[in-house]
Amino acid sequence: MGFGEEWLVFPSRYTGHFILSFAAIVTGLLVSVPLGILASRSERLAGPALAFASIVQTIPGLALLALMVPLLGGRIGFWPAYLALALYSVLPILRNTIVGLGSVDKDVREAARGIGMTDTQRLVQVDLPLAAPIIVAGLRTASVWVVGAATLSTPVGAESLGNYIFQGLQTRDWGAVLFGCLISAALAIALDQVIRLFERAAAIQSPRLVAAGLAGLALIASPMLTTFGGSQPSAATDLELIGETVPLQGREVTLGTKSFTEQYILADVMGYALEAGGARVNVREGLGSTVAFDALTRGEIDAYVDYTGTIWATVMEREDIPPRAAIFAQTSSYLLREHGVLVLGRLGFENAYGIAVTRETAERLDLLSVSDLAGRELTIASDPEFFGRNEWVRARDAYGLGNLRTRGMDSAFMYDALQNGEVDVITAYTTDGRIDAYDLVLLDDPAGALPPYDAFILLSPDAAEDRALQRALEPLIASISAQMMRAANGRVDIERDSVQDAADWLWDEIASRRSEPIGNAFEER
Amino acid sequence: MPALLSARKLTKRFGDVVAVNDISFELEPGETLALIGASGCGKTTTLKLLNRLIEPDTGEILLAGKRASDVSAPDWRRRIGYVIQSAGLFPHWTVERNVGATAELLGWETARIRDKVTALLDMVGLPADTYAARFPSELSGGQKQRVGLARALAAEPELVLMDEPFSAVDALTKEGLIRDVLRLRDKLGFAAVMVTHDIAEAFEVADKIAVMDAGGIVQIGPAETLIKSPAGDTVEALLDAPRRTAQRVTAAFSEGSG
Repeated sequence: MGFGEEWLVFPSRYTGHFILSFAAIVTGLLVSVPLGILASRSERLAGPALAFASIVQTIPGLALLALMVPLLGGRIGFWPAYLALALYSVLPILRNTIVGLGSVDKDVREAARGIGMTDTQRLVQVDLPLAAPIIVAGLRTASVWVVGAATLSTPVGAESLGNYIFQGLQTRDWGAVLFGCLISAALAIALDQVIRLFERAAAIQSPRLVAAGLAGLALIASPMLTTFGGSQPSAATDLELIGETVPLQGREVTLGTKSFTEQYILADVMGYALEAGGARVNVREGLGSTVAFDALTRGEIDAYVDYTGTIWATVMEREDIPPRAAIFAQTSSYLLREHGVLVLGRLGFENAYGIAVTRETAERLDLLSVSDLAGRELTIASDPEFFGRNEWVRARDAYGLGNLRTRGMDSAFMYDALQNGEVDVITAYTTDGRIDAYDLVLLDDPAGALPPYDAFILLSPDAAEDRALQRALEPLIASISAQMMRAANGRVDIERDSVQDAADWLWDEIASRRSEPIGNAFEER
Repeated sequence: MPALLSARKLTKRFGDVVAVNDISFELEPGETLALIGASGCGKTTTLKLLNRLIEPDTGEILLAGKRASDVSAPDWRRRIGYVIQSAGLFPHWTVERNVGATAELLGWETARIRDKVTALLDMVGLPADTYAARFPSELSGGQKQRVGLARALAAEPELVLMDEPFSAVDALTKEGLIRDVLRLRDKLGFAAVMVTHDIAEAFEVADKIAVMDAGGIVQIGPAETLIKSPAGDTVEALLDAPRRTAQRVTAAFSEGSG
């Protein structure tokens, strides 16, 4: 992503991040302080409340966010992220409220009762003001945690500064990663200072400091109002090239992407097609693999690209591998029947797992097929998801790969790890531009252990009824070859072009090849 | 004249321990009673029963004819001044707000509170000009105790309860404090119940003294009565130690001057 574009999407990401964090912190405060007050009066409540909050705290942030999705019945976006972050903010505030109230001098409490304060008066006039510095310290801890953890809300579909980090990680755009980190750190520090200012204002009852605090808060919130010059450039001018105009005027369409380069590019291309029909397009970026599917069935996104093999294995939980065409036919009918999800069609390429080695390794060990790895003591790397899948178990058993040491890592790092010799074998994605660029050798799979992964466009139950939307996307069907996709991915992953540039290139490529369809893309391997 | 304060057959248990065992006494307006005895004799519990920081298991308390059980505990406490050993000032409030706290709870007008606070601070030797805006952390121990005393008196109570009010300060400060309390009492005419473990203090301040042991009152009466006809070993022992101290001190003084 180029720096100009980073600024272009900055207001909405910053807004998402700020609102999410702010709402979570305020909720944490509103829940924890009353709970802390109750708990400080009852040992029976204090123990369990603190234990619960501590347990929540030990759940890694990303896992807590992910858990909220099924807990909310598959809902993605703001609510699961908000709920997880609010829960996250409870412990420091709750603990400090209990500690703070407990630290009030017992003679002072006795005096307060002795002179005739009611319990409420004592709480409001004596206990809380005296506990305030400790409670505020907890609030400040919570706010720093929450602003940091909010960057993890991208995979559950809430837009935040984390989008820079997740997308940057996948497209190896370290500038974007750093940008996301720096801005969220700056936000955390600024919020911390504003809270400090308010605390000070309350302690010395200074209206001027309150005003300063409000001004600080307004300053932090101000980037939300900023728009950095115009709307996103669209490729709508190309619409004549792709055929008929479709009446999607004024319609809002939401697309989803999983978290890797190809998905980002395809979402942009789908966006161009929809914008050409007049729609306004939102993209929920970087969704977890199953999160994207759940979001589609709930209609929270209208369309996204998935892969036949993924649906086959993880949604239908099938273990057998019929031929490529059969998997496509069966997944399509299954999705419509069971989930009301319409398969618009295949894009034309397959993004399968391919067992890959460097040319040097292939020649040194005389490797041609996966079966040549049998019994060897090499290290194989893949995304963590793969080693949990049935197809790995099947490939391992079919080819006798039991001696391979497995290492899960983010797919962004896999190819370099192979180049460096840190690992010997990887499960490359067959559309990854780095296969060609790094001159990797894909080993044959004579036993057909690895299932086919045809990319196809899935439509939500609502979109399944929407002819106009379908017609806008139909020109993309059977229009992208594996070679085209690999080239587009390579532009981002190797040449460090922006996702948008790659999408523009692919969009032009699709349009120029319109007259000569990609032909025999779907034949059996 | 009817009694200002009547304590009737008060009993309080904490689990198996009888902290206060069936005690009764009366206090006339303007009169000062000292509750004295060893640690754990029940004197502090008795004081807390009087302003209902602790409610009795049985028995009743009347203040100016009004039954304690007929009003809420906070309302009851606002009518009674309360002084504790460590002063217990609110650290986040100025001296002025501390002193006016009870009056504020009673809903007095701001101007009236201010006048009262100013007058009282003058009376306890802490001129409002200098001290009203200070925070408790800026005061010495004796000054805190004086502010605590002023706070107890600000709402013009007829009864003031004092829990070892002189034991947290040095001897000289204590002398001055005792003088202040006596002066204020003469001027304002409040009755007082004071808990102490120091019989000399009780002799100086109290009109009558109640000697307590194991939750009960062993003997109650003016100092002369206790000295003339002590009712048993507890009272004897209580009088004996200070008497011996006094003899030693007297001997030392006469040696020094002779």
